[in-house]
Amino acid sequence: MSASAAAGGTVGHIRHVLSENPVTGLSFGLFGLLVLTAILGPSLVPYDPLASSDAALAAPSAKHWFGTDNLGRDVFARVVVATRLDLGMAFAAVALVFVTGTLAGVAAGFLGGWTDRIVGRVTDTIMAFPLFVLAMGLVAALGNTIANVIYATAIINFPIYARVARTEANIRREAGYIEAARLAGASTLAVMLFEVLPNVLPIMMVQVSLTMGYAILNTAGLSFIGLGIRPPTAEWGIMVAEGAGYIVSGEWWIALFPGLALMLAVFTFNLMGDGLRDIVDPRRRT
Amino acid sequence: MFGLLARRLAAALPTLAGVIVVTFLMTRALPGDPAAYFAGPAATREAVEEIRRQLGLDQPLWVQFGDYLADLARGDLGLSITTGQPVLADIAQRLPASAELTLIGLLIAAGFGVPMGVAAALRPNSWVDHLCRVIATAGVSLPTFFTGLLLVYVFYYQLGWAPAPLGRLDAFSSPPPQVTGFYLIDSLLAGDIETFTGAAAQLALPALTLGIFALAPIARMTRGSMLSVLSSDFIRAARAAGLSGNTIVIRYALRNALLPVVTTLGMVLSFLLGANVLVEKVFAWPGIGSYAIEALIASDYAPVQGFVMAMAILYVALNLVIDLAYQAIDPRVRIEA
Amino acid sequence: MISRRHILKAGTAAALGTVASAPAIHGAAAQSRRETLLLISENPPNSTDIHGVGTNRPAYEASWNLYDRLMTFGVKKDANGVDHYDYTKLEPELAESWNQTPTSVTFKLRRDATFHDGSPVTAEDVKWSFDRALAVGGFPTFQMRAGSLEKPEQFVVVDRNTIRIDFIRTDKLTMPDLAVPVPAIYNSGLAKRNSTAADPWAMEWLRANPAAGGAYRLERWVPGQEMVFARFDGWRSGKRPDLARVIWRIVPQAGNRRALLERGDADISFDLPAKDFQELAAARRLKIVGTPVENAMQYIGMNVNRPPFNDVRVRQAIAFAIPYQRIMDQVAYGTAVPLFGGPAQPADATWPQAHPYVTDLDRAKALLVEAGYANGFETTFSFDLGLASMNEPISVLVSESLARLGIRTTINKIPGANWRNELLKKEMPLITNTFGGWLNFPDYFFFWAYHGQNAVFNTMGYQNAEMDALIEKSRFTQNEAEYTDAIKGFVAKAFTDVPRIPLFQPKLMVAMRDNIDGYRYWFHRQLDYRVLTKG
Repeated sequence: MSASAAAGGTVGHIRHVLSENPVTGLSFGLFGLLVLTAILGPSLVPYDPLASSDAALAAPSAKHWFGTDNLGRDVFARVVVATRLDLGMAFAAVALVFVTGTLAGVAAGFLGGWTDRIVGRVTDTIMAFPLFVLAMGLVAALGNTIANVIYATAIINFPIYARVARTEANIRREAGYIEAARLAGASTLAVMLFEVLPNVLPIMMVQVSLTMGYAILNTAGLSFIGLGIRPPTAEWGIMVAEGAGYIVSGEWWIALFPGLALMLAVFTFNLMGDGLRDIVDPRRRT
Repeated sequence: MFGLLARRLAAALPTLAGVIVVTFLMTRALPGDPAAYFAGPAATREAVEEIRRQLGLDQPLWVQFGDYLADLARGDLGLSITTGQPVLADIAQRLPASAELTLIGLLIAAGFGVPMGVAAALRPNSWVDHLCRVIATAGVSLPTFFTGLLLVYVFYYQLGWAPAPLGRLDAFSSPPPQVTGFYLIDSLLAGDIETFTGAAAQLALPALTLGIFALAPIARMTRGSMLSVLSSDFIRAARAAGLSGNTIVIRYALRNALLPVVTTLGMVLSFLLGANVLVEKVFAWPGIGSYAIEALIASDYAPVQGFVMAMAILYVALNLVIDLAYQAIDPRVRIEA
Repeated sequence: MISRRHILKAGTAAALGTVASAPAIHGAAAQSRRETLLLISENPPNSTDIHGVGTNRPAYEASWNLYDRLMTFGVKKDANGVDHYDYTKLEPELAESWNQTPTSVTFKLRRDATFHDGSPVTAEDVKWSFDRALAVGGFPTFQMRAGSLEKPEQFVVVDRNTIRIDFIRTDKLTMPDLAVPVPAIYNSGLAKRNSTAADPWAMEWLRANPAAGGAYRLERWVPGQEMVFARFDGWRSGKRPDLARVIWRIVPQAGNRRALLERGDADISFDLPAKDFQELAAARRLKIVGTPVENAMQYIGMNVNRPPFNDVRVRQAIAFAIPYQRIMDQVAYGTAVPLFGGPAQPADATWPQAHPYVTDLDRAKALLVEAGYANGFETTFSFDLGLASMNEPISVLVSESLARLGIRTTINKIPGANWRNELLKKEMPLITNTFGGWLNFPDYFFFWAYHGQNAVFNTMGYQNAEMDALIEKSRFTQNEAEYTDAIKGFVAKAFTDVPRIPLFQPKLMVAMRDNIDGYRYWFHRQLDYRVLTKG
């Protein structure tokens, strides 16, 4: 099946999947909401997310919807503003690994031989690490910056991309249209980049959505233990970590709202990933 | 079989070598300085240099790496600054705690995930299917550190149902005589029901936290696997032969569908072993995950290296066992070496 | 110095020992709960040997309760009626009496004193222990020297029960230095049996195996998790302790520690966030005691050797820009004594005392303009991540306030393991940190923190000849009036030159259940199990 043949039925197929699966529709709605919050949030919030005040540890009220934290900062403003950073970090990490992982995987699957062996060894080695600890170690070793959190998140996701891309490229190695391109005189590199890669991309896009959720959890987990984000920047994981100490003393709102925001974001991407898989790759569903 | 085992082990060697090199470089790049730590609070720069020389930290990196390999070959993983104990002893003592927690977490996940997957597969695209999917996805979307904190707050602090989050046993009981290191098993072997219930109560919340997280992959895999089995020829034949729905589902379909699920369990187990790091931190669980976190934050080289080594070996061993088990169950599968 | 192989063997032996002893205690656990104290803390001890290399602070507590010293300090009531160690009163511990002359002091040991293994305590044990403190280097040697205890020849065994210590100079710190945790008395026979040619002082063995004779013996130690102490019934060096057992558990999560105390599952803890102490005190659900830590402060330090902080006007501007009261309210939560808004000139010869600066952004701005920084500048504000619960909110509030002057700060969290290293380099422009001295003299604090010898605790790299002269004078003068003047002089200088801005004097806070009595504040800030009672 060539890419162009599939394209004709795509719109109808999407409609079919959405009608059969209202949850996917919901996830697209939530995704839109998250993106809007990330883009517009900072200009909409009623308070400066970094400004301290004397109204510390105030419970949620009409004035402060999500209450205030230990320094009197508005939790609602911080949760909303943090959306951009959390999604941005996860997106940057996923974009990075999408490019590198897909290219490495396609090269390994299509070229085989040494390329395959090297990529295979690298992915095996990364997989053998306890991934969260590897990410922690990398950030601790490379330095405590947002950029390094992004690199670390990309690295621990590398095996997933490389493996999926390798399998998909391998399947297509002997496909008729590849043979045709070869016979038409295209170089190996050209065949790989212009024939194999475009056919692998839709499946990789599904991985993007599935790993976005994991990437958000990972970056938040790192800042939960104090790595990556510098105060006073608002970030969900660090807000949960800071709020954790206040749960027992009754100020539950400091940790709860960023925790819920975190959960909602991950939930959205996971549901959407499932839905996208149904659309892009109906074979896998049954 | 032995040939296969040998070949698989040989194939794992480069992976382990990679792990050793990466871990060594990573820990050396950590910002802390053990020499400054050992030299004490009032030390001068010269005193720190002196200690650095004694610890061999002034040597070129490759010399230090050689020393590290030599120690490793003798089974010496070094000494932890934080606990003051040999890393090997620390890990041996803490590994059962992590393993017990992870296994119980996995059991909880499988206990809910498999029935959910079956229910979803029996009525695909019905409300049951959607509900299962939403629940499983919600579970994997919860950051474990957040779930853990929430559970402690509700079930210990507010309701008082769960015991204090004080690790594996409450402070006033003693661990059962060590046989396996798993308190649940050891206490039963010793015939000590009180310790058994105590240990089980301590396990409940952290295991639940992990279980919620592991629900999704198991439910998803069961659903997919059941769907493909239910649409296969032999089930159709069974239906045509007039067997009742329950018999088909339980005796034929589920049995056949579980094989890939078991493989997934292995993957999930190794994933969970790494993921329970944050859960252990929240519950003061004396496992190797919390050990590694504290060591990393303190720039304590040896425990980090030891932990990563232990996990890598576990990972390789686990995959080997799964492959072998899979082959034993289903001889059609041939494993490429 | 650190042979990993030897340590490996010692540790394995210790681990086996603990497993074997576990079943024996089991039955007795429930009925002895009333006599058992459950102590919870954040960080685990890493040794029981205070002479050990890399021994951490919690380990001092283990050593203090497991070992005896020759003498101990007396007790007095502080302003709040809490028991407070009395620096001026030395009392017998292992020594039943002593005779001090200008050149030496001679101790008579108790004849009935034994170690935990039953062997008698002799003068040989004392000499071996002191020799060891001098031989091992690092912190113990440094601490002995602080009391002019520098050479093994100073420790002379007179007979089985008598030991003489010869002075090498007159030093007001020699006698008190014999009652701090470092000169603990070790069971030399037991230790020697477990030493090796490579390790003559049994450093590796003693880490996990106390050779002690103190009021408590080590019943069980699971490193990183718990340490269990049992009363030693053969102890003769003081009143028999009330508590039969002490269980010390490590609980890393602060919220969990509070929950455990509030629900009555734990008895006592030092390690709660300031806000929790304030709330628990207000709710009267637990007994909360706070004692200002002697000779200690939380401060903002500025690197005086680099622009812009090499300009005293910039430092004064910063001192006028700190949101002091907000820090007291939102960070310290009443668990500290404010050190700002004091009189223009030092009122007395005490330390720490309040400096004259208050929050006044207009004056700060004026000083910055005068110094040529009308548009502010960029800098980095660093702190120790290990003490983030205080440091982080302080840094956030200070940065926010500085931003109003156009000073843009990047907050830099430095992992605890690397903090000391960074301090040694003296390159960080702006920090917040805490420092305290064990010995409660203003000149002691200034010698470490302001003197031109530029010790690691002089985090600002401050060097000033006039300051050094005043500090030297106060250390060695025998004249009371001269001493007072010198102290007032260097305090005034510290406030005018202001290389460091004191914020507050922290209090050592402890939360305990209502039925716990007898808590005593010690300069080493660890818990003394021997004086606690559980009603």
